[in-house]
Amino acid sequence: MSILVDKDTRLVVQGITGTEGLFHTQQMLAYGTNIVAGVTPGKGGEWVEGKVPVFDSVKKAAETTGANTTIIFVPARFAPDAMFEAADAGIPLVICITEGVPVQDMMRVRNYLDQKGVRLIGPNCPGLLTPGEAKVGIIPGDIAIPGNVGVVSRSGTLTYEVLYAMKNIGLGASTCVGIGGDPVNGTSFIDCLEMFNDDPKTEKVVLIGEIGGTDEEKAAEYIANKMTKPVVSFIAGQSAPPGKRMGHAGAIIEGGAGTAEDKIKALQSAGVRVARHPEEIAELLK
Amino acid sequence: MKLHEYQSKTIFSKYGIPIPKGRVAATAVEAKHIAEELGGRVVIKSQVLVGGRGKAGGIKLAKDPNEAEQLATQILGMEIKGLPVRKVLVDEAASIDQEIYLGITNDRAARKPVIMASAAGGVDIEEVAATNPEKIIKVHIDPLLGIKDYQTRDIASGIDLPREYWKAFGEIVKGLWQAYSDNDATLAEINPLVISKGKLVALDGKMLIDDNAMFRHPNLNEMRDLDVEAPSEIEARKYGLTFIKLDGNIGCMVNGAGLAMATMDIIKLFGGEPANFLDIGGGAGADKVAAAMRIILSDPNVKAILFNVFGGITRGDEVAKGILAAMQEVKPRVPMVIRLVGTNAEEGRRLLANADMITAETLADAAQKAVAAAQGA
Repeated sequence: MSILVDKDTRLVVQGITGTEGLFHTQQMLAYGTNIVAGVTPGKGGEWVEGKVPVFDSVKKAAETTGANTTIIFVPARFAPDAMFEAADAGIPLVICITEGVPVQDMMRVRNYLDQKGVRLIGPNCPGLLTPGEAKVGIIPGDIAIPGNVGVVSRSGTLTYEVLYAMKNIGLGASTCVGIGGDPVNGTSFIDCLEMFNDDPKTEKVVLIGEIGGTDEEKAAEYIANKMTKPVVSFIAGQSAPPGKRMGHAGAIIEGGAGTAEDKIKALQSAGVRVARHPEEIAELLK
Repeated sequence: MKLHEYQSKTIFSKYGIPIPKGRVAATAVEAKHIAEELGGRVVIKSQVLVGGRGKAGGIKLAKDPNEAEQLATQILGMEIKGLPVRKVLVDEAASIDQEIYLGITNDRAARKPVIMASAAGGVDIEEVAATNPEKIIKVHIDPLLGIKDYQTRDIASGIDLPREYWKAFGEIVKGLWQAYSDNDATLAEINPLVISKGKLVALDGKMLIDDNAMFRHPNLNEMRDLDVEAPSEIEARKYGLTFIKLDGNIGCMVNGAGLAMATMDIIKLFGGEPANFLDIGGGAGADKVAAAMRIILSDPNVKAILFNVFGGITRGDEVAKGILAAMQEVKPRVPMVIRLVGTNAEEGRRLLANADMITAETLADAAQKAVAAAQGA
């Protein structure tokens, strides 16, 4: 068991012929992910790596191949349209890797996808990895092994750090979900905590947060009230000067709220063990 | 990106929001001419991108053109919170019967824009928010449908605005919404919106624009005030890098904002001080890496550099090529610690095998080596 993606995932790659899309399609295929189609408008009829058919639209790809999940690698200015297209094609799970999508676009996308009942992961995220089964995203496959730790994170590369440290001491992941660091995104910490709580394979959960917003505080409240499994955490940005933008639009300290200190305090009072640096997470899981 | 008051108000007026008559001046003589044109009393307002201008003495009332010139001379020579005043806005002075707060921002928790309004507008609005939050009306807007007329009436009645102003107020709210929406603002604010001689007027204006949306607003990009950013930050943006200068002596080059923050955190944890935040972003190629290295080394305080690259969308071999190219070009004067893991990391390590660098396996190891290198330098 795992959450969101597994052996039965039938993936379509939007933007499959672009530089990033193509490179990561190769990586995902090498990992064994079941990629059933690609989409690049104007390139329908071509083939990628000799085995993935390319379609002009997500609708055609889904109708022909029965795809149930899509991953988006198109540039930021085209990403909102790609997400709308995926939702209109009836794909229930959309993963958007693209970074730099304008926030007003994301508010429209999120509200539309909610109305359609579509689950969105991202944008500005590394995607999903269920070790040994499916890699739907850009998380390097060889840094994680199958196991019973659910990982959810707002950060991309910081997640790799934690998976890698876990692997180095023999700890594996059930599923790793990178939810992305943008101020308006799809799936939240709480959504993932719920799914991990219900997943029989997951025994412990790692939550990786960062400064900005109040999602970690809300997650802490959920953990205190509902979570039956132990949670370990790390919050990035303890040394960040207040009011400075640290790249993620979400990582702005808003009027004193959303500091690393606030988040750590909230998590600790919910019984979460908080690591001082990312590699220490692996130690706390032992 | 922040817009100045005069820029924000110019945008607001294009959307039908009444603003005072006035113009921006870069010299005291210009300020005097504007005051002469306007006649009567004028307000001289410093144009700097920080709050608290009034309390810092950056906003003054002048009774005639001569006083306007005098006050403009004074204000144009000021620095407010470290920023030089290069322009002043000369506006006709308004009599104020009531100050209203009106603003639109993104409510990230609700994933919708929110309009906020209060009858207790003016300089103390943040205190109102803290002590009497019920005095601030909040109305969420459906981002797919936009604002509806009844919502503007709800806001007007919510702040007990006299009925005779509802129509004019509704037009202002809709204009502000359109200005926010068309310009990809993350904040559009009028504080105060005043009732002056029976009319509503936006005395002040503030807009923040989403940097991610700049590609569709070249006109706004030209309004960017470079005073608020360090030269190295401006240089970094040209290459698509996110760079923030800090006060320490260990330069950091990391891929990903979260990992970059965590790298700074761990440097501190082991007793060092980061000299910067630098995210080379996802998929950074050799040219970006070379630019990042030049920018870090342009800071004379830097005593060591820590490269922490965990490849995902960024490929280790590309980063290694960038480091090699940059080393040839800039001839680094400080020790460099590198940790390369993830996509194509092995290839990257092979490329760097002969470079003069300290290598590290784990992040903790890398941070400790960088702290030691900076202390030894």
